[in-house]
Amino acid sequence: MQWIRGTDESFEKILRGGRMREVGRSIKKIDGYGIATGSPAYTDDLMRDALIVKVLRSPHAFARIKDIRIDEALKLEGVECILTYKDFPRVRITRAGQGYPEPSPYDKYALDEYVRYVGDEVAVVAAKDEKTALKALELIEVDYEILEPVLDFEKSEGHPSIIHPEGADGAYDPSRNLAAHFEMKVGDVEGVLKECDVVVKERFYTQAQAHVMMEPHTAGAYIDYQGRLVVISSTQVPFHVRRILARILEKPIREIRVIKPRIGGGFGGKQAIHGEPYVAMVTLKTGKPSKIVYTRKEVFESTYTRHPMRIDITLGATKDGKLRAIDMEVLSDTGAYGEHALTVLMVSGSKALPLYNKVDALRFSGKVVYTNHPPAGAYRGYGAVQGNFALESAMDILAEKLRMDPIELRKMNMIREGETSPVFKIMGEGREGTEMFIKSCKLEECLNRGKEIVNWDEKRKNKKKYRGVGVAIAMQGSGIAKIDMASATLKLNDDGSFNLIMGATDLGTGSDTILSQIAAEVLGVPVEKIVPYSSDTDLTPFDTGAYASSTTYVSGNAVKRAAEKMKELIKLEGARKLGVDPEEVEFDGERIYTKDGKSIKLDELATLLYYTENQKQLCATESFVGDESPPPYMAGFAEVEVDVETGKVDLIRYVAVVDCGVPINPNLARVQMEGGLVQGIGMTLFEDVRYSKDGKLLTNNLMNYKIPSRMDINEIIVEFVDSYEPTGPFGAKSVAEVGIDTPPAAIANAIYDAIGVRFTKLPIKPDDVLKAIKSKG
Amino acid sequence: MKMGLKINGEFKEFDVDPSTTLLDLLREAGYMSVRRACDTGTCGVCTVLMDGKPVLSCAILALSADGHEITTVEGLKDDEDFQRLLDLFLSEGVDQCGYCNPGFLITAYAMKRELKNPTDEEIKMYLVGNLCRCSGYVGQMRALKKYLGVEE
Repeated sequence: MQWIRGTDESFEKILRGGRMREVGRSIKKIDGYGIATGSPAYTDDLMRDALIVKVLRSPHAFARIKDIRIDEALKLEGVECILTYKDFPRVRITRAGQGYPEPSPYDKYALDEYVRYVGDEVAVVAAKDEKTALKALELIEVDYEILEPVLDFEKSEGHPSIIHPEGADGAYDPSRNLAAHFEMKVGDVEGVLKECDVVVKERFYTQAQAHVMMEPHTAGAYIDYQGRLVVISSTQVPFHVRRILARILEKPIREIRVIKPRIGGGFGGKQAIHGEPYVAMVTLKTGKPSKIVYTRKEVFESTYTRHPMRIDITLGATKDGKLRAIDMEVLSDTGAYGEHALTVLMVSGSKALPLYNKVDALRFSGKVVYTNHPPAGAYRGYGAVQGNFALESAMDILAEKLRMDPIELRKMNMIREGETSPVFKIMGEGREGTEMFIKSCKLEECLNRGKEIVNWDEKRKNKKKYRGVGVAIAMQGSGIAKIDMASATLKLNDDGSFNLIMGATDLGTGSDTILSQIAAEVLGVPVEKIVPYSSDTDLTPFDTGAYASSTTYVSGNAVKRAAEKMKELIKLEGARKLGVDPEEVEFDGERIYTKDGKSIKLDELATLLYYTENQKQLCATESFVGDESPPPYMAGFAEVEVDVETGKVDLIRYVAVVDCGVPINPNLARVQMEGGLVQGIGMTLFEDVRYSKDGKLLTNNLMNYKIPSRMDINEIIVEFVDSYEPTGPFGAKSVAEVGIDTPPAAIANAIYDAIGVRFTKLPIKPDDVLKAIKSKG
Repeated sequence: MKMGLKINGEFKEFDVDPSTTLLDLLREAGYMSVRRACDTGTCGVCTVLMDGKPVLSCAILALSADGHEITTVEGLKDDEDFQRLLDLFLSEGVDQCGYCNPGFLITAYAMKRELKNPTDEEIKMYLVGNLCRCSGYVGQMRALKKYLGVEE
């Protein structure tokens, strides 16, 4: 594959020449005012009169239900319906909301006779109100056969207790508790490592971070006037929800409609089905509307976490700093179900290893084990943040061994524009990837600018006591190449405005806004003329959903294409009206005109098309699948001060210099970045996950699971470097996830710079710091 | 039990179960800016003004608010100063998923009335109970400083 730089130079020129009208403008989010002032917008707001659905959850980490008695609960006045595993078709599914065929194993039933973690679903009650539903839960009697749980993921493989004794379709080896497995190598790793002057070998651990989106998982269901099942859900993946529900309920897809209203955050935690099957079945059985709103405890205990990982990494280099080999071995804990198991594992390698693409040998091997912990799933970063912590910490260790500046070591070895990595082709998501030559990569500029902002050379040389600076670089992707498909429809209204109807799922990111900006830019109209509507499986065309940093790039390209097609249709109809050939007309957003002065205004043409002349509806639908997934890149710099009395790490400043291509809406891009950084900072310093010895999650509310508050965040500086991705809409790449990747390694590296102690396990808590300082003396 | 509240300037009567929280009452009555998020009085999402002071509506029994004056964002929408705050907030793009917005905005509005020329630390401390997982903290600070007329 040959790449010629600047294939899209015309756009580049337009953009640089300041001729962009809507792209590159920090307009307000179009839904912001309504949401902020309390218009009914979220699922719970829209399901006012409904049966309340509650779930009886397992008190045991691993058990089989011997008997379940619901008679007493059913007698309770106001109880409308109780579901146990006997009420669902015996169909195994994965709840992971991914493309089809699904890369995650079919290892879960909507309700099962086995329960595999504390919080797993046992039975479902629907009642007239919450109080009654909760009372009914207490009246359900369950006899459990308690089984021996597997609670240490390092001991899960081959454990005598088999978590999926009935097997699991698509899992690697469920008889040995292995959900997934992947291996790849390029070159002779052992041979090259032997030749290296310096070898670094280290083991890292990352924790089961919780998403804590502010809106708890919520779903509602009702039967519409055609007898069809309608589900309203706070989901990132409405079309996947429809497909998975069809499988669970054994219903044709056409009989189900899924509507995504406004979403109060997801971060990957809503890239799955959670409460949807329960409300769907309740509503099908009772004929009445129903809803489930997860409690915060349920969100913690019974939805998703980040996959905890153990990562062994070996780096080999020559004495002058040429990185020659990387060997990465991952053990990932997927908890009770293998949702996103294989794909997160692969991303831990595929979004880390290509950063250093000039090595002679490369190996990645990984296993994903089942345990009796809450299931892990998609979470912003999706493996990349785990892999980055290990790789970028190890690079720092290597720099010290080589007595090199960590930035210089990275610059010597990192990927650059026009280059490729064998990893792109070998490792996709759940299958082979696609070859890609990097068309935009401004890592060097990111490093240089960041270095300048933090005053790196000065701070590394003239060190203040207990203060340190650290760096990490990162990459992510922009959608999943050749898998993620997005589509969008533009419809011309009689006043010359447009409906932008798309499957793209705005979960609070502002994608409805930026996609409207893209459409407006192409059509040359003010963004106010675009009326976006997103994610309703009956009304909008397909989109895989909001995940894998896909919306700006994949959905954005679909919108751009649809708008280009609409523009052609307008010119065609305008030319017909003016009585000239289509090639003779131009459209400037307001008028269709010819050089010799004939013209018609768009709204006039639109009205004619609706009501009087040559009547028709102008509608343009286009789709997009990426041939590649251009990575956004960034450099993250942490400056810390360690309080050696208390062990508290004070993050004085975090600097992020980012190459996300052209930011369509700079403000929205910036807050995405700031938010990703803060979540990464939380993962690094605060967000601790603890279980009881019986496997119950102890950190199951916001009082004992600490997420960053505004007191924890000092200065954060985000800058975007000048970059243009030729395959992106108006030069854009993604920005959603890459921000979370650098804080773990950059902060750990800064702490090392401050006190000379290397932390290899997250989170880095004050008591660990204190212990380490004391043992160091 | 019968009780009465003045909500956004309008007197309303309710018949509630003693265990009903102010949050549940307000949502049932259709004030959708008041949202539930954490169940433990930790996140600030359900904040409303009671007699002008910010309170967590999830941590107050409806009955104990009997006779008091409650203000939600719905009641501040037309207030000029609140509109200014809202505009600065939205212009900064920090509304993000939006779920925590009303609780944050109403607390910031109350802060302006309570603190004179607050420092960064005082601003953060006043709002520390308003969590935002989209984590727009630094951008929110940019908007707040403009709102309060505090120099950057």
